[in-house]
Amino acid sequence: MKFLSDKSIERLRAGADAPDFEGTRYRLLERVARGGMGVVYAAEDTKLERRVALKVLDLPGKNSELAKRLMREARVLARLEHPGIVPVHDVGTLADGRVFYTMTFVEGQRLDKHLAAVDSLPDRLRLFLRICDAMAFAHARGVLHRDLKPANIMVGPFGEVLVMDWGLAKILREGAGQPAADEDAEATVTGSAPQEATPGDTTQISEATGHGTVLGTPGYMSPEQARGDIRNLDTRSDLYSLGALLRSMLVTTRNSRLPRPLEAICAKATAETPALRYESVTQLGQDVSRYLDGLPVTAYRESLLERSGRFYRRYQTAILLIAAYLVMRVLILVFMKR
Amino acid sequence: MNKVLLGLFLGAVLGAIDGSTAWFTPAVRSMMVGIIVGSTIKGLIAGVAAGIFARKVNSVPLGILFGLAVGFFLAYLVAYMQHGYYLEIILPGSIVGMIVGYATQKYGAAPATATR
Repeated sequence: MKFLSDKSIERLRAGADAPDFEGTRYRLLERVARGGMGVVYAAEDTKLERRVALKVLDLPGKNSELAKRLMREARVLARLEHPGIVPVHDVGTLADGRVFYTMTFVEGQRLDKHLAAVDSLPDRLRLFLRICDAMAFAHARGVLHRDLKPANIMVGPFGEVLVMDWGLAKILREGAGQPAADEDAEATVTGSAPQEATPGDTTQISEATGHGTVLGTPGYMSPEQARGDIRNLDTRSDLYSLGALLRSMLVTTRNSRLPRPLEAICAKATAETPALRYESVTQLGQDVSRYLDGLPVTAYRESLLERSGRFYRRYQTAILLIAAYLVMRVLILVFMKR
Repeated sequence: MNKVLLGLFLGAVLGAIDGSTAWFTPAVRSMMVGIIVGSTIKGLIAGVAAGIFARKVNSVPLGILFGLAVGFFLAYLVAYMQHGYYLEIILPGSIVGMIVGYATQKYGAAPATATR
């Protein structure tokens, strides 16, 4: 009797799991990542001759709960048409009955890796503002991300910032803009980050996210999310994650202490009580913008000395030029009197 | 305010203020009006030049350098016509030019793009 090695078994399993793209416009290129419900592949759209990311369910069945969820994910992602959110191109069913959808294939770096090459604090803040833009848009469409962390943000080769992995997203009924048309109060929405799930990844994906279920990533999820208080989650839960994300983006080994206004912004965004946080992502973004522009931030009450220092830094050149003029005028007067 | 208009306004105001400092020099007090008018015109010319430069080149350091050059040149012309007070005219004139050059770059609004 001859035994097969583990490697051979793995190869056979991968071959058996590989989706059959017969009858579709897609050609399989490579496996990219595994998610909670299925696998993400890099595929070629043979009609448009472009590379796409294709997410396909593990199990066949058009009417299964998972298939319904995947379709709903695709619909929700399609609703989030924004430069900071990966767009969906197509949905369909493979010959073997597995449901799939395709989206833009993002080539880039995860935010945490990208930041290693970004030393300037203002540049990091500008990156953060673009994440805020995408999240403000999602909130306006009534969608919570619930798993914001550096590993779920991609920075493309041209500096484009994309919020990925909407696997734990929740649709809020009260969302402004386009109201949620789904019958469920929440849905699982998955985008794909071109990365393998890391073994230490603590994110869970639940099929039916019931009250009391804990989802998210420790260190980034809000206290109410950590308690499993699913029913009461609102946009302020994502705000907490954004505050934690901001802190992680700014605190580096070289720069362990943040300027006080930025520390106050992070503290306000990550307040234990949701009512003490910013009211919206837009407000958080505005405070960060104000800091970048040398203006006072709403989260921090500065002393007179700090205000003077900020005023000086903001108008440094003008102040120095005017001072130079006045000093020179006085000197001329003094020397002429002699 | 657009860059040229800002340069014009700021150049005129700073030129007038700069000219009025002549009051501290008793020897020229009798010529105050002429000095203020001349200094204002000098400021106007420097301001317009800095404003036009700011429309073409978007750089604060270059704007300051250009203001310095224009301010210096115009002040030198004035001092040359006065046959004296070179230092007293050229130094402040140059710094006023730098201030106007800086302000037009930093605070002047870019012209709006025409759209259909």
